[in-house]
Formats: sequence, structure tokens, C-alpha cells
Amino acid sequence: MTIRNVLMGTAAVMMTAAPALAQTEVDFWHAFTGRLGELVAEQVETFNASQSDYKVTASHKGNYSETLNAGIAAFRAGEQPDILMVFEVGTATMMGAKGAIKPVYEVMADAGADFNPDDYISSINGYYTTSEGEMLSLPYNASTPVLWVNRDALSEAGIDADVDLSTWEQVGDVLGQLKEAGHSCPLVTAWQSWVHLENLSAYHNTPFSTQANGFGGFDTELAMNGPIQVKHIQTMGDWAKDGKFIYTGRRNEGGANFRSGECALFTESSAGYAGIKAEAEFDFDVRPLPYWSDVEGAPQNTIIGGASLWVMAGQSDEEYKGVAEFLNFLSSPEIQAKWHQDTGYLPSTQAAADLTEEQGFYAENPGTDIAVKQMTANAPTENSKGIRLGSYDQIRGIIDEELEAVWTGDKDAQTALDSAKKRGDELLRRFEQANR
Amino acid sequence: MSESSGMVEKRGLGHWMTHLGLIIGLLFIFFPIWLAFVASTVTQPEIVKPPMPLLPGDQFFSNYRKALVSGVNAPVAMMMMNSMIMAMGIAVGKIIISLLSAFAIVYFKFPGRRLFFWLIFLTLMLPVEVRIVPTYQVAANFGLLNSYSGLIFPLIASATATFLFRQFFMTVPDELAEAARVDGAGPMRFFWDILLPMSRTNIAALFVILFIYGWNQYLWPLLITTDPSMNTIVMGIKQMFPSGDDTADWPVIMATSILAMIPPVIVVISMQKLFIRGLVDSEK
Amino acid sequence: MEKRVTFKGLWLPLLLVFPQLVVTAVFFFYPAGQAVWQSLFIPDPFGLSMKFVGLGNFEYLFSNSYYRASFVTTAVFSILVTVVSMGVALYLAVLADRLIKGSGVYRTLLIWPYAVAPAVAGVLWLFMFNTRVGVVSWYLGQLGYDWNHVLNGDEAMGLIVVASAWGRISYNFLFFLAGLQAIPRSVIEAAAIDGARFWTRFRTIVWPLLSPTTFFLLVVNIVYAFFETFGVIHTITSGGPQQATTILVYKVFSDGFVSQDLGSSAAQSVILLAIVGVLTIVQFKFIERRVHY
Repeated sequence: MTIRNVLMGTAAVMMTAAPALAQTEVDFWHAFTGRLGELVAEQVETFNASQSDYKVTASHKGNYSETLNAGIAAFRAGEQPDILMVFEVGTATMMGAKGAIKPVYEVMADAGADFNPDDYISSINGYYTTSEGEMLSLPYNASTPVLWVNRDALSEAGIDADVDLSTWEQVGDVLGQLKEAGHSCPLVTAWQSWVHLENLSAYHNTPFSTQANGFGGFDTELAMNGPIQVKHIQTMGDWAKDGKFIYTGRRNEGGANFRSGECALFTESSAGYAGIKAEAEFDFDVRPLPYWSDVEGAPQNTIIGGASLWVMAGQSDEEYKGVAEFLNFLSSPEIQAKWHQDTGYLPSTQAAADLTEEQGFYAENPGTDIAVKQMTANAPTENSKGIRLGSYDQIRGIIDEELEAVWTGDKDAQTALDSAKKRGDELLRRFEQANR
Repeated sequence: MSESSGMVEKRGLGHWMTHLGLIIGLLFIFFPIWLAFVASTVTQPEIVKPPMPLLPGDQFFSNYRKALVSGVNAPVAMMMMNSMIMAMGIAVGKIIISLLSAFAIVYFKFPGRRLFFWLIFLTLMLPVEVRIVPTYQVAANFGLLNSYSGLIFPLIASATATFLFRQFFMTVPDELAEAARVDGAGPMRFFWDILLPMSRTNIAALFVILFIYGWNQYLWPLLITTDPSMNTIVMGIKQMFPSGDDTADWPVIMATSILAMIPPVIVVISMQKLFIRGLVDSEK
Repeated sequence: MEKRVTFKGLWLPLLLVFPQLVVTAVFFFYPAGQAVWQSLFIPDPFGLSMKFVGLGNFEYLFSNSYYRASFVTTAVFSILVTVVSMGVALYLAVLADRLIKGSGVYRTLLIWPYAVAPAVAGVLWLFMFNTRVGVVSWYLGQLGYDWNHVLNGDEAMGLIVVASAWGRISYNFLFFLAGLQAIPRSVIEAAAIDGARFWTRFRTIVWPLLSPTTFFLLVVNIVYAFFETFGVIHTITSGGPQQATTILVYKVFSDGFVSQDLGSSAAQSVILLAIVGVLTIVQFKFIERRVHY
């Protein structure tokens, strides 16, 4: 945080402290620090300065899972905030907690706010909407996986930097060429389960789990051990064996390897943009996530990751009015477009995407619109709306473990994915029991 | 004290081997801290492009200035103050209640003594994180959220200190208590005049241990404080690590980490002499 | 372990243990009791509903081969952390004790790691060993060794052992040094005059006299390795690769705190409590008897 921001913050506090009379406080717990934290603070300051009835207080509560836990613990003690940021894998947990949350559509209706769910990009808010079309939480920061390319690394290996990388077949060829040219890290990835199983399934219009990926009910079973997934994971496993794919960890550790210039290709969220732009000392570009050309219906659309804002139950009507106003403010085209351009996260509304286009941002920053296009290319099917599974953080852990067994060569893809399904289903049954 | 030890060993090769052994150990032990310090004096690009330098750069002042004015929810100085209060509260509070209970367990025969002994010793184990949700609810029911009491009391509920005092009291010669009893001194007289002065070294040792235990807490303060003005410094450091896809600002994080180390290091260094010297004196 | 000389009284000792008892009851036994109670249920995270399952949580756990394997992992990890942190500390303390001058400088530098919060220590070690880009793994790569603890279970275990033992070395060092300096010089000198070599002196005189310190450290370090290292594991490996570094307490923490499976987490707490109970008895009944005072 710069001194300027500190001063601005202090000024904002003093400004808002003066007319404290009859102001309703709205608590907002989030998981952002650093640059993103500053941007959140800026949004809140702008909102507080724009009106005098409500005062939003944002607090950082640790990383995603710490924020969720802080919210849960606080709810159990009757001290919950009005708005809680929850990462996408916590969606089913929040949905299951019927008495603990107040769905966003209800908040908006009760407050009589001007709210139209159709304004939002359907492949984004679909993740947080019931099958009946009721929006449960407000999409806040959403991103989708794309392919990052180190153009210099390709050129050095004697490959045309503009080579077509639309399909995994083509990627496979390029990886082979890189390897032959002696490149030590042709491909690296972040969030392997999210990119190479969840998004792979959606992108090829294949179920990740039964019951429409869990949207249809808690009695869902994993289905990500089908032929397409097995083929992809087996290919990745072979690449790992040949030193074409380097595994560096379950989260976004690979980002450090890519940004330092060590790795040529990188599958990672579109929101990696700001970090790569800040640190990479090479020429890079963004490509759509590759697909398998022999699969019918591919590419469908990719799904999102990130977090949404949940409204907690048990607050006063006054506070809910403030919440509604704040959420509407966050969804406004100006705020969304700025957020999208500053962070690389997707705009949640079509209006914000259009505004960004008008402002000439995409023209100036080629590639930044790839993620939006990839998300909105096709109307989402029930396989590509999102994933809604209970205990999903834990299931991702299991998938990570099984994938690691493939990368080391301990298991073949079929065995590993079958095992992941079996172990994951046990957790799904437990979650079903807890939320029946 | 240690002057005589040199007489036992021959000077010469052995002496230098001793130094060499210590230096090798020191290199291994101190390296991560050195690296953190180096990272706090260079620029971000120097760190993220391997290999990062192993010698300090010239960004010391700008990074530390940034670290001092930054802080996610609250200024660093305020968080250091909160950590200080929390660590002192835990150290002092725990020493007092442990001294008393260890005294009772060792020097009295009263009904239920064994039971108390085992009840208290079970708590040696199971850290607060493992029972965190119920503990949080208890704290909330007592209205301890966002208070120093809430930061302090739940962390006092463990028996390490009682265990240490018991161990020490067992080594105190029985003759002392016998003599006190013959002189007609009551138990509390014995406690104040004899046991407590003898324990000062252990108290110093425990103070160090507990101060650092308190200072280094992370998860509990994160849950129990929602008011930024109650945040602690270790929370503050962890909060500088981004979630999701943002990148970490290493120089500032490392500078803050170094700043956060200073108070506990001062406590250890200033107390270590007392407790080592005291321990030697009292047992000779 | 009994004092021959004790004071009489009933109310005074009760009054003396009262503060600790209250704090322990309110902030330890009541929450722990809640955990025991919850282990019979599958509750939802928000505490809105609970479904009684009897011993279902326990059956679920023990039918899981990964859970059974984590007992072994825990034992290996705890032993390694204890041995490494105590062994290195004793070695350094013996060396520092031999010095006439300058031991203060070593001591002052050696205790720094103790001041680093485990939450931060994990970050520091990961920073050094980050696959290929961490400074240590980068230099290892230059030497031809491909460090990859995210795929190699043994490297992962090695890394969390070192990262966990690191701060404890300082702590143990302080205690060992104090213990060594408390040994009367006359005893050692007498042995030296009798012609006993350093190693013989150490084995026959120093080590037995050091045993109260060693016992105390043994207990404290095992407790530490068992219970206070999950922050390091969470930061560095998250229990992986596969489940090579999932120790029991990390699983309690991650099931309960990361995954909100409170029933399973509570059942694991109960199992841990039982283990701890047994360990405590073993420590006091068997090991302490062999310790010299």
C-alpha cells in the first residue's frame, strides 16, 4: 500500500466518520490482500463516498479457506458479517446451509432493488444460480483457464512464435519440438484439477459428475473417469515421463516457474495476467485453452474459478438494504469494467464487457478478451455450467493426490481416476448425509 | 563457570575443530534468516528470477519503509503492540497459574490430586487448533471476541508450564521443605521465601518460551479478532500472502518478517543469560 | 515421583489449583467434550443440524487405508523431527560448552530461528526449496540434482522434517547448554584426571546428568512434532505428494478446518486424545523411572 493510499484511506475514514449519524454499517469479509486488497478497498471507499446512508467496512480474513472458516465460526457464535466472500469450491457448502444464508435474489427482492439476473454473463452467474434460475450469490472475481505462451522460448527453440496451439494435438507437437531443442520445462500448470479435469470436462461437454455436475441434487457421483478425461490425463502423464510436462505443485506454484522465464507454456487462470505482466521479462501472449480436436462438440465453453459474495442470514432489514445497494454498485458497468481491466478477472455483466471494448482496452492489450470469448462462445450446457459438489475442497485434494501418482508413473490414468472417483464418492455420500 | 572447561580440553586442533563445527551448524541454522534478510534488501525482479542473490542489495530503506507503513488491515506498529500485549499476557498469566498448581500438586497430598494431575497433563497435547470451533464458541459466549482476554485466556489452557515447574520442584531437595516445616513456616511462606526465588531461572526460561508461543500465534487471533485494531503481527505477515492468482511482494513480506522477529529475539537474548547463568548457579 | 515431605491442608491446595482448573475446564475440557460428542454425529458446518451416526465416523475412518497409513507417517515424522532437532542441538551445545570465549556470539545467532513463527517458517523453507525456482533447489539443479518435493515423497518428508525441526534446534540448544553448564566442573575434571577420554566422559558422566533435561525435551519435542507442525505441513506440502506427509493432526486440521467435515475431524480428535492418554502414561510410568535426578 502506498502512502497515497494510506492518506486516501485516512481521508475516507475521516469523511465517513463525521456524518456517522444514522449510518447503517455493512460488514464485508474478503480474502484479498496486496494489490487486489487495495482494489477492494478502493471499491469500498468509492461506494462509501457515493452515498451517506450506509457504510461498508471491509476486512481481510485470511486466504479463501480461512475466510470461509472465519465466516462459519462467526455464524455459529452469532457474529457473522453481512457479506462473506466464498471461493467457488465452497458453493455447495454455502447452498447446503439454508438457514445461514440469504440468497441474493431474495435480498434484492426484499430491498426492492433494481436487479435483473439476465444482465449477468450466463456462464459466470450460472455457477451460482439454481436450476430454477435464482441467483444465490453474486459473482465477484471470476476467471477461467487459458494457455500462456512464452514467445521468446518458442523462438529460441526454432519454433514460429505464432504457431497454432488451439488443440492438444498441436500442443503435443510443440512440446516435442521444445524438448528436442533441449528446453527444460516445456509445459507447466497451475490448479491441475480445475484446469485439466473440471474445465477439460466442461470444454468437451462431458459430465464431471452425475446430476448435472451436482446442480441437480446432492445425490451426485463423480464421473470424471470417462474416456476423454482418461485420455487427456494419460497423455499428460506420458508428457511428464518424457520431461515435457513439469509438475511444480497443486496450487499456482507453476506461476513462479513461468514468470521467471523457465517454462514455455503454462495453463493457468486468466487472472494470472497482472502478475505475469508485472514480472515476466519476455514476450508473452494468451491463447485459448486447447481442446482435443477429435471430440465432438469441443470446444464448448470453459467454466469459472474464483469467488462469489454470499449474504449471511440474521441481519436487520436496514443492513440488507445496504447490502443490496452495495452489490448493485459492484455490478455496475463502470466498476466491473475497471475491475476486469485492473485484475484480469472476468467482467460479470455483458455491459461491462461492452464498456471495456468501447474504452479500447482489448485493442491496447491484445489477448485480454480471449477469456471472455472462451467463456461466452457457446450457451452453457448442463456439463459446462459449473461444478457444485459438497466437500469439494477435499475432493480436489484427492484428485491432486491421484494425479500426482500419474505424474510419477505410479499409476496409469484409468486406475488413478477410478480411485479418485471411488474416494471422492465416499465424501459426497458423507456430505449428502450431513445436508439431508 | 566455563573457564575451567578449557582446562579439560587441549587447546589447538580440537579448539579449532570446535569452532569449525559450530560455524557449520550456524551456517545451516542461520541461512534461512540470512536469506530472508537478503530478500528484504533487494527488488522483486531480483528475487523472482532465479537464482536470487545471496548478498544484500541496496533496497533496505525503501523496503523497510514500505513495510512499516503497509499492513493489510492495520499499521504494523499497532499490530506489534497487540502481539506484545498478547504475548506478555499469555506468558505472565500462564506462569502465575502454573506455579501455583505445580506447587499444589508436588507439595500437597489432597484428595483428587492424582486426578488433577492427569486432567492437567492431558492438556499438554491437543493444541487449540484441533478443538477450534467449540473453543471459539465458548469465547464468543463469554463475549471475548475482539478483546485481549479472548486472545490470551484460551491459550493459557495447556500444561507445558505446569509440567516444567513440576519437573523442577521434584528436584528441589526435600530437606528444604523439611527445614521449613520444622521451623514452623507455613506452605505459602515456603513458597514465597524459598521455592519462588529458586525458581526464578525456570520462570525466566518459561517466560521466553511462552512469550514466543504467544507472539507466534496465527490461527487463533485470525478467528477471534474481526476488528482491525486488534490484529497481531504474525497475522499481518500471513495476510500479505495473496490468495488465488496474485503474486507475492517478497521484499516487503520479508522485511515485515524480519521486523516481526526483532521483539522475540530481544526477549530471548536478554533473558537467555539470566536463565542459563541462573540455572548454573542454583545447581552448583 | 512422590515427594517424601508434603504439607497438610485441603482448602489451600484446592485454591492453588483452582485458576488452572477453571481455565482448563472452560477452554479445554468443555471444547474437547464437545468434540467427543460431535464425533457421534455428522453435523453440518454451520451448526444448523446434526445427524446421529453412532460410531459411523470411526468406521469410516478406519476403513480408509490412507488414514491407517497416516499413523505410520506420523510416527516416522515425529521420530525424525525429535531426533534431528535434539541431535543437532545437543551436538552444538556440547561444542559451545567446550568454548571458553565466543560461545555467546554463536548462542545469539543460533537462537534466531526460535523467534520465527511456524506459519512464517514454512513460507521461508518453501521459498528456498520451491521446485526449480527456489534458491536452494536452483543450485541443486545446477549440481545436477532435480529437487522436486511435490512429486518425491521422501524429499517432501525430508523438507517438512527439516523445516519443523529448524526452530526447535534453537530451543533445544538453549536447554542443553544450560543443562551442560549446570554439571559441576569438578566431576568432569576428576574424570579427566583419571584419564577418561571425552567420549567416555560424555557417556558415563555428562549424559546421565543431562537426563532430566533430555527427558523434558523429549516430551516437549514429541508433543511439538505431533501437534504443532501442521502449519508447516499446510504451507509446504498440504500433506502431499499423494499422502506422504499427512500426519494425524494435519488431517484433523484439514478435515475440520479446510474441509468442514466436523464429524470426521471430531472423531479423529477423540482418537488422538486416546493416543495421547496412552503416550502420557507410557512416558510417566516407564521413561521417567529411568531418568536420573
